[in-house]
Amino acid sequence: MRRQVVELDPKVPSGRIEQKWSKHRFEMKLVNPANKRKYKVIVVGAGLAGGAAAATLAQLGYQVSCFCFHDSPRRAHSIAAQGGINAAKNYQGDGDSVYRLFHDTVKGGDFRSREANVYRLAELSMAIIDQCVALGVPFAREYSGYLANRSFGGAQVSRTFYARGQTGQQLLLGCYSALARQIALRQVTMHPRHEMLDLVVVDGRARGITTRNLLTGVISSHAADAIVLGTGGYGNVYYLSTNAKASNVTAIWRACRRGALMANPCFTQIHPTCIPASGEHQSKLTLMSESLRNDGRIWVPRQAGDRRPPGETHESDRDYFLERKYPSFGNLVPRDVASRNAKEVCDEGRGVGPGGRGVYLDFAAAISRLGDDVVRQRYGNLFEMYERITGENPYRQPMRVYPAIHYTMGGLWVDYNLMSNVEGLFVIGEANFADQGANRLGASALMQGLADGYFILPYTIGDYLARVSPADRISLDHHAFRQTEREAADRVMKLLSAAGRRSADSFHRELGELVWNQCGMARSAPGLKQALARIPDLREEFWQSVKVPGTGAQFNQALEHAGRIADFLEFSELMCHDALDRDESCGAHFRQEHQTPDGEALRDDEHYCHVSAWEFTGVGQPPVLHKEPLAFEYVKPTQRSYK
Amino acid sequence: MKLILKIWRQASAAETGALVAYPVEHVSPDMSFLEVLDVLNERLIAQGERPVAFDHDCREGICGSCGFMIDGAAHGPSRLTTVCQLFMRHFGDGATLVVEPFRARALPVVQDLVVDRGALDRIIESGGFISARTGSAPEANSILVSKEASDRAMDAAACIGCGGCVAACPNASAMLFTAAKISHLGLLPQGQPERRQRALRMVDTMHHLDFGSCTNHGECEAVCPKGISIDFIARLNRDYITANLTSAREAIKDV
Repeated sequence: MRRQVVELDPKVPSGRIEQKWSKHRFEMKLVNPANKRKYKVIVVGAGLAGGAAAATLAQLGYQVSCFCFHDSPRRAHSIAAQGGINAAKNYQGDGDSVYRLFHDTVKGGDFRSREANVYRLAELSMAIIDQCVALGVPFAREYSGYLANRSFGGAQVSRTFYARGQTGQQLLLGCYSALARQIALRQVTMHPRHEMLDLVVVDGRARGITTRNLLTGVISSHAADAIVLGTGGYGNVYYLSTNAKASNVTAIWRACRRGALMANPCFTQIHPTCIPASGEHQSKLTLMSESLRNDGRIWVPRQAGDRRPPGETHESDRDYFLERKYPSFGNLVPRDVASRNAKEVCDEGRGVGPGGRGVYLDFAAAISRLGDDVVRQRYGNLFEMYERITGENPYRQPMRVYPAIHYTMGGLWVDYNLMSNVEGLFVIGEANFADQGANRLGASALMQGLADGYFILPYTIGDYLARVSPADRISLDHHAFRQTEREAADRVMKLLSAAGRRSADSFHRELGELVWNQCGMARSAPGLKQALARIPDLREEFWQSVKVPGTGAQFNQALEHAGRIADFLEFSELMCHDALDRDESCGAHFRQEHQTPDGEALRDDEHYCHVSAWEFTGVGQPPVLHKEPLAFEYVKPTQRSYK
Repeated sequence: MKLILKIWRQASAAETGALVAYPVEHVSPDMSFLEVLDVLNERLIAQGERPVAFDHDCREGICGSCGFMIDGAAHGPSRLTTVCQLFMRHFGDGATLVVEPFRARALPVVQDLVVDRGALDRIIESGGFISARTGSAPEANSILVSKEASDRAMDAAACIGCGGCVAACPNASAMLFTAAKISHLGLLPQGQPERRQRALRMVDTMHHLDFGSCTNHGECEAVCPKGISIDFIARLNRDYITANLTSAREAIKDV
């Protein structure tokens, strides 16, 4: 494989952090309004980032083609976000500010994000709320008619806006409505039930994509002047995750194979409050919004092996371990801290529920303080969801929760303009790596997706397009398109002709268990080496013995699924490489070798204060590391402490 | 538990379909209905047969991807529940269940239990939005919305677009779906300027798309996994009638 020359220039504008974005907006080139309609932009993904970007680019006058694998652009996994979206509005007058949100996010990310990006995110947070309200998002309100806020996941100010427990749904439907309007105006050509199988790169520039029409099986290509990937995260590499079943790594992994660098793939976030698995058949895990931690108290029995029902466990026999260890933050410590502590108490044999993999989240105190009605108002739909799944009533007995993979901070490397190292390839939302560092704070994912889609990409893509001519767009007859289509078709054929008897799902489960054990909540060098030794064999077994029924020329869900698993089997190796290479703990990346005496993540700023951006060199070949050093001029790196 | 699933198998829209009976054993009461189909599909794949196609994604009852008929009821027998959140503890051991796709001319079968719900997107595209250009929004708290109106709008906005209401309706009407969006936006001050045109456009589009009319059966509300009330249909009717009595129809002709 031809090695590329990689230059990792983050292109962060000069000047004070408060002025960088406005200065940059002025310095960026503009596309003449009359010329915008000549440019064609492909947006892959129709979640918060992709949907917002497609709608906004269309409003600006670009010709947009938007692709999603769902039957409708209203179904992306953004829809499942429950808790809320942060914004530094300071409506509560409790001391919030852009600078505080910036500071909290950099610190929450454990000093592994790019300061300038994070500041911009905090700065744009307010405009997002304005835009969503204008689109009709029914955020929670006070009786006065003003917007309501709540405190969320580790924040000491109330800056989270929410729409019951369905904030992601309402924000996504806002984007979807804006997108629907542009589809009707024919500014956006929507391609539902299309899956991106590859990126077409010619002379280092992204020129188009190759897709499979999931209804007909037809593999075809689409050319554009710029390609935008908003294809979400790769949490499903773990098989059991809170991600929707079809969420996958294929688009960004295929881009990585074509030369885009994958940054910090080992930064994967565990959400502390998910409903524990009930048995072997479990197909996915369900997240319970961590807003529950505002009023719920987390505990386990003090003694290992105490199997009494929760109601019979006397107060003095309970260990409210988060309140005990972190008196000032208590149950509201960040996600990684809450998750690791839950794992720790379960590892000690103090876990509750099936297999001892659970901790109690108890609302008894909140209910006696506030009454059933207030608790129902705050968490009613979450309580119903819990009862529906478990058959237990959380008003009368504590919930059981356990951590699960929920979000991936890693993703394709992008510069300040959200462009990858491949010219013309932009990456937005969870699919990029930029803003969340090594750990994402609650209610920040929706903020980042919408900031990227509504307010950043539409500017920065213009700066790129102003430098290229639509006349240079490569025709679909170009051999690069033919070649990429052939390769995609060959892969489909290879999957269909493997003469095995095992389903793709069984490989997915096996891979998931392996990476969950070795590259999950806690990692160690021996475990990661074990995973790295096993993954290539598993991949080989997959291609030898997978069974994919049906043909490629029809609607074939088994085939779609198998293609995604094949990519997870390649990507997971890179994830473990990254986790092994990063010989420190930071945020959600917890290397057992590196912890403080209190069991907190111990960073090594001297050696690892950088973004690890990996270059693909071939399947089974060691990837090449490129480093982007990180500098912290405004928020000085400290050991996080939530005591 | 043991079950017999009689599942509608249809390879494509062009082919005819039929019910095929599949016995399924070792079903745990804690499994969801879709997990039972997962287990069945694993078996079919091992036997080299085509697995049962069904749409699904979040499996948390919010994305609206899943949905089919179980014994004639959209999303099965439990109220306020999508099939992904329907757990087997609600069924008796040894039961025979008939599993079919949503049936409506406007939602044609793609394969097995998968239908094409694109018509619902067409309804939204015709007017289910507030035309607010990115960047044009005023400061959020400059638009006050009473808590009552906001809560009511949220009740309507909770629609997940699954199509269950259409499948349950004897007329295959999309009234509840359309009414939910018209009400969500029509209850909010931001939605007022386009309110009448929105009602006209969306209802007209619904009628052009092979959906039937509403004759107040109420089956839609009964199966809606999000509990969307048919009161919203009354709102739709009021908006639609008012719009027809004003110059709104003239206004949309001009565009």
